[in-house]
Amino acid sequence: MTAPISVEITVNGTVRRAFVEPRTTLVDFLRDHLALTGTHVGCEHGICGACSVLLDGAPVRACCLFAAQVDGMSVTTVEGLAPARGELSKLQDAFLESHALQCGYCTPGMLIACTDLLARNPQPSEEEIRDAIGGNLCRCTGYQQIVDAVKLASGQEEAAHG
Amino acid sequence: MAEFRYIGKRRRAVEHRRFVRGQGRYAADIQLPGLLHVAIVASPHASARILSVNADAALALPGVHAIITGDEMNRELEPMLPGVDAPAVTRFPLARGVVRYAGEWVVAVVAETRAFAEDAAELVEVEYEQTQHVVDPEAALLPEAPLVHPAHGSNIIWNRKFTWGPVEEDFAAAEHTLSYRVRWARSSTVPIETFVATCAWNDATEILDVWASIQMPKFPDQLARALRLAGNAVRVHYDVDVGGSYGVKRGLKHTVLVGWLARRLGRPVRFLEDRLENMRGGDMQGPDRIFEVAMAFGRDGVVRSMKMRAVDDVGAYSGRAPLQLGKPVGAIVGPYIINSVVYDAVSVMTNKTPQEAVRGFGQSPTNYAIETGMDKVARFLGMDRVEMRRRNLIPADRFPYLIPSGTSYDSGDYATVLDKALAAAGHDELLRQRDALRAEGKLAGIGVSTCLEPSGGNSSFEPLFNPKNTTTTWMDSCLVRVDLNGAVTAVMGTSTSGQAHETLVSTVVGEVLRREPDTIRVIHADSLNALPSNSPVGSRMAIMLGGAAAGAAKRIRAKMLAIAAHQFQAPEGALEWEDGDAVMRGDPSRQIAWSRLVEIAHREFHNLPEGMEPGLQEKFVWEVPTGGMIPTADGRVQMYPCHSFECHIVLASVDAETGKVALHRYVVGHDCGVMISPDVVHGMTYGGVAHGLGAALMEKFAFSPEGQLVSGSFMDYLLPSAQEVPSITIVDHCTPSPLTEFGQKGSGEAGYLGGPAAIASAINDALAPAGASIDALPMTPAAIWRALREATPAAPAREAAE
Ligand code: FES
Ligand code: FES
Repeated sequence: MTAPISVEITVNGTVRRAFVEPRTTLVDFLRDHLALTGTHVGCEHGICGACSVLLDGAPVRACCLFAAQVDGMSVTTVEGLAPARGELSKLQDAFLESHALQCGYCTPGMLIACTDLLARNPQPSEEEIRDAIGGNLCRCTGYQQIVDAVKLASGQEEAAHG
Repeated sequence: MAEFRYIGKRRRAVEHRRFVRGQGRYAADIQLPGLLHVAIVASPHASARILSVNADAALALPGVHAIITGDEMNRELEPMLPGVDAPAVTRFPLARGVVRYAGEWVVAVVAETRAFAEDAAELVEVEYEQTQHVVDPEAALLPEAPLVHPAHGSNIIWNRKFTWGPVEEDFAAAEHTLSYRVRWARSSTVPIETFVATCAWNDATEILDVWASIQMPKFPDQLARALRLAGNAVRVHYDVDVGGSYGVKRGLKHTVLVGWLARRLGRPVRFLEDRLENMRGGDMQGPDRIFEVAMAFGRDGVVRSMKMRAVDDVGAYSGRAPLQLGKPVGAIVGPYIINSVVYDAVSVMTNKTPQEAVRGFGQSPTNYAIETGMDKVARFLGMDRVEMRRRNLIPADRFPYLIPSGTSYDSGDYATVLDKALAAAGHDELLRQRDALRAEGKLAGIGVSTCLEPSGGNSSFEPLFNPKNTTTTWMDSCLVRVDLNGAVTAVMGTSTSGQAHETLVSTVVGEVLRREPDTIRVIHADSLNALPSNSPVGSRMAIMLGGAAAGAAKRIRAKMLAIAAHQFQAPEGALEWEDGDAVMRGDPSRQIAWSRLVEIAHREFHNLPEGMEPGLQEKFVWEVPTGGMIPTADGRVQMYPCHSFECHIVLASVDAETGKVALHRYVVGHDCGVMISPDVVHGMTYGGVAHGLGAALMEKFAFSPEGQLVSGSFMDYLLPSAQEVPSITIVDHCTPSPLTEFGQKGSGEAGYLGGPAAIASAINDALAPAGASIDALPMTPAAIWRALREATPAAPAREAAE
């Protein structure tokens, strides 16, 4: 064990300061220190993508970063995707409409990956969508309705697959 | 077909509304003051004696609260029961004296944080003396094999050879016979969430509160029994969201351990598996099967009889694993008119991680074995595989259809579903595409499978595999309540792992009461409040929970109609239910509104019919349709009540240089009767196909000869991503079940039950021109590459005439 160190991280627009053990990962910091339990943990070795968050706008795996590494940076979690309380982002709404989830465990990571995709590429093709979520594992959906949701959110599909 | 208002309509799933906001509440999200955390010291050996445990250095670390061994804990526990009659195969959360697989839990370390617990676990010294082990299931059957449980006297934990019908006569009379061997590898459902159990004991109330990521029948009862507590001293909270299960989230040993620790230490305790703990010691690996099959058939391609021997490796301990050989008895002939069957089911123990229930409960491996035979027969006769299946499918006019093993199939129209799938796939065009790919020198193939999904989960395999077990029902229940303000709440008694039960129940109750489903609240009660339930296993909840919810809602409706009839001094039956109000038949001007009926029921005793209880709360416990049967002496039984059907058509190509497979077209024709929530059914089917793709091509819990798991992370146990899973087309068909409330059948295993068979079929079709074939899953690039290299270039490519 090493003495705790102080970090200052902007999370979903709010500056959060805390003392953490140096070995505290970003995902543990979010979940255990800030009680932001929307970000999930599936493997802790960088494969499943359940822990994905946006770090200064780019998707990262919060299990593979230490909280101390992102000191001074800005993090967006699933809790920060909606434009306002009681509202949903277009993508969140499309996930509901297209039934793009089942157990919901991979969903926060999927939303992060797809939010990033749409920010970079507002009209992605199916191949580009599959590429963008290729590092996020979902065991429930077979990905199809997730692809549908992203198409719907980007205005490319009238009706969802169902 | 009946007109439904809400059933079968698109609707946003209730539970998704919290999930997309990051507001799900999973077991790892439960925060309790003073929570302690567990890390496990696991056995590094497949088989060994434990000589000593030294925890002094670990205990000296700050923040460490306890270090517990099996010797200390297990004497205060009852062993967890095997699913069959094998009392000497005892199982506890922590090993005592010996370890029987690498990864078996030996010591539990409890500390202030998980990180402290891991630090301490590294300092625990365990001294072992290695003993003989056996890893291969067929080696475990040999007389000289070391015994995994010497007290049991054999590595076979269960074996029975069933004969149903005139097998020998049918074989003697057949023009041809053909035999083959297929291997279904050990894979599993591998949810993205690992097991989590959080427990808190209260000294004053003497209640153990449990929040666990489980999907397990009779979990509270078994937990209480193992902990030697009364059933009413254990409160399992079913309102935790479970991050996927598809069968495996049993977690009994996890919760027994954590519950015992919480009580012993007087502090809440959590165990949250890391991924390696989950893969190696989580006891969640699936069936691991070798099939030896013989089929007897005519020149016409009709299969008359089948002999199947299935050896299944359950690993080092047994829960319900042997029963996964039992469920396929209820669909042992698939969708075919096979007249007689021998089924020799052998459940064998080895020094590997124990097996747990996986989506389909043994049916997908069996379907793969049957379908492989259908393809082989077609290839042998030079017959088109689709045509060959057509000749064997049970015709639509023969339902209900009794199969040789005693199960009656409720309904179906298999040929029509096959036709629909072929049409959607553009079968002729697919053939052209395949041949065009072949003309380019590529290996390309078309796969087909026609498979059943037994649904409505009864537990008839329990008495079939254990005569001391007389279970003949697996009821499910629901309670519906209308409050003083007229709002409706339904209470269910299990947790949900992605099946959208809140959506199911509110849709069904809304349908019966003609109330907008979004106004109906569905509550997951805890085990002290809930009615009896058997959890979402065996593709049963649309049938069983849906049936129970409808039954309770119908009782509410009947009571409200009786109140209305009394108001009008009209005979019961004079009023009917319209839009949630009671209306006089033939005279719509005379009606009583929902709100008024609620008022009378709750507050106006003077307006109630004589003898009626005030209030509006009704429960319904639904018995499994066709349940209640003890197996006959020759092992015939009605297994599950309903039978969904799926047909998969796949176009695949194989890279001859690398063995890599690409799926170009994937179509599923699917009939699960009336769909209550089409999005839910389709979603599970897509997911089932993806899971089947994993089992067919990628996923394997591989063990070294020393019994070490060599695929314990997501870097070596490969789950299909969006790049491996193709776009999938589903074509629906509806043959209502005559046995269920709305004509629904089950669909929780859809896609997975026919997917592996179809993908294997496509690959073997692709390999056939090269003279190669594979009868083992997963068909990894390496396995395909080897098969291609082994096929001598001169081998005659007996191509099917398609
Ligand atoms: S938990 Fe971070 S990638 Fe799996
Ligand atoms: S929705 Fe369950 S893992 Fe993706």
